[in-house]
Amino acid sequence: MIFDWNTMVPVLGLAIIQTFQMVGLSLVFTILFGLPVGILLVATDRGGVFETPYGSKRLGAALHSTLGFIVNVGRSLPFIILMVALIPLTRLIAGTSIGVVAAVVPLSVAAIPFFARLVEIALREVDSGLIEAAKSLGATRATIIRKVLVPEALPAIVLGLSTSVISLINYSAMAGIIGAGGIGDIAFRFGYQRFDDAYMITTIVLLVVIVQAIQSLGSWSAKRLSHR
Amino acid sequence: MITITDLYKSYPAQNARAQTVHAVNGVDLHVKEGEIFGVVGASGAGKSTLIRCVNLLERPTSGTITIDGQDLTKLSDAELRHARQGIGMIFQHFNLLSSRTVKQNVEFGLEIMGMSRAARAARAEEILDLVGLADRSSAYPSQLSGGQKQRVGIARALAGNPKVLLSDEATSALDPQTTDSILQLLKDLNRKLGLTILLITHEMEVVKRICDSVGLIDEGRIVESGSVIDLLNTPGSRVAHALFPLGEGTGSPGNTTIEIMFAGDVVERPVVSMLSRDYKLDISILGAAVETIGDRRVGRLRLELPGNIEANAAPVARLRESGLFLEVLTPAEVVAQ
Ligand SMILES: Nc1ncnc2c1ncn2[C@@H]1O[C@H](COP(=O)(O)OP(=O)(O)OP(=O)(O)O)[C@@H](O)[C@H]1O
Ligand SMILES: [Mg+2]
Repeated sequence: MIFDWNTMVPVLGLAIIQTFQMVGLSLVFTILFGLPVGILLVATDRGGVFETPYGSKRLGAALHSTLGFIVNVGRSLPFIILMVALIPLTRLIAGTSIGVVAAVVPLSVAAIPFFARLVEIALREVDSGLIEAAKSLGATRATIIRKVLVPEALPAIVLGLSTSVISLINYSAMAGIIGAGGIGDIAFRFGYQRFDDAYMITTIVLLVVIVQAIQSLGSWSAKRLSHR
Repeated sequence: MITITDLYKSYPAQNARAQTVHAVNGVDLHVKEGEIFGVVGASGAGKSTLIRCVNLLERPTSGTITIDGQDLTKLSDAELRHARQGIGMIFQHFNLLSSRTVKQNVEFGLEIMGMSRAARAARAEEILDLVGLADRSSAYPSQLSGGQKQRVGIARALAGNPKVLLSDEATSALDPQTTDSILQLLKDLNRKLGLTILLITHEMEVVKRICDSVGLIDEGRIVESGSVIDLLNTPGSRVAHALFPLGEGTGSPGNTTIEIMFAGDVVERPVVSMLSRDYKLDISILGAAVETIGDRRVGRLRLELPGNIEANAAPVARLRESGLFLEVLTPAEVVAQ
């Protein structure tokens, strides 16, 4: 086994950049969509602050079950199938079906429902007494969400976020199929297909280090944010 | 200040075998401006449901809630939120936001009211000073003791200058000493700010310490209500018996057992010695309790007089004439308590 760093470093460097681009961009969309979906899942549920949007209990229940269904569908498909099935949608949104940008679409679609469920779990942990207290002070529903639910659940949401990032890194290993490159792609093409153990071992070490770092960062931030 | 009329709240049966729960079952209640009104009752009597109906955290099934002349049940959502800014509420488990410091918790209601940052800070400082927590304003709730947390709760509830404070078992999670200091604080605020307080509790001690008036709730109904002093002077009052439990000491058969309730200056009068001197009676004291309620000394005394009631007609009449509230108990009644 030969670690030929002169050729490996540029290859791996590019792969790391690609992984970070894919994961970073997808993460933006995951937060942008996953957080509101998670909030809506809790808020439209029985006893939630938006249980009766526009005074209609039926609308709230319909919204809740529709969202829940979509989220479950997104969660039930293996990423590799999701990615292939989404190719037409990807072409529509990204203008192309190959490359880093194209990978962001299926990655986000996979991570949004995952993160949304984690946000939901985090929000459900917030003591209902706090919501009552806010109501007794005359808070609107939006204020309750913005100033009670989300800040109180923030440590748990941050932990959920680091879990989601790790999932994204995991999914992104398969993005090589649509030509997005990334660390996983190197491991597959060089390490597996060309039996190059140097690449295999290096990519594994890289992935482990990255995942550890993200998890530690997430736990550390959650602890910093929590004043319980 | 608070008028509750014909209030009902029922919870529909959750399944086929369960029955509809009538948690509040026809309550009428009036809380006068500036008084502390306590609602007492056993577990499950409907206390929490009642107080949560007052600021409509719980929508009553029917009935009206009028606070400061405004019928809350007729308000739109936006009007109700505005009205709630004038009704403070404190809770058994404090319900402070763990993500905010003491000062930020106190400012929460002021933010909702749309007050400017500077005005909020000034007001928070002022009210924290009033509850004696000025030095802990940058602490987080998790760093405070239970009593301190409740002080923050009180400061938060009162920051917006409400006329009314609702208290849902505010001292039930506290130890006796802390309870005492929180009750004293509520009493002070009541006097200083002219604050009207409606509180619910299962502890008679709370009523004794700070309530001007009291209502006893049982199975969703107020079965007794009035000023504490009046109820103490009402023969057969369950509130009075609960305030002064005298145990089960009965007189012997053939003798007369009487119970005397006193309030104010009457306490100082030497009742027992007067009876034994003037009527040559051998009196046994079966039970006695004297306490300070509000600013007045009140008490109950259970005496056994030799002979049946006819034999004791004269001394009993004499006691009644002297302005004492007196009840003649048959032995069975004593035991029943
Ligand atoms: N959300 C609810 N759904 C169904 N039943 C309820 C609900 N809330 C209260 N109840 C019922 O209403 C009755 C009164 O409850 P409430 O909580 O008002 O009693 P309480 O006097 O506060 O008792 P405690 O001293 O134990 O707190 C109880 O029988 C209770 O089971
Ligand atoms: Mg209760």
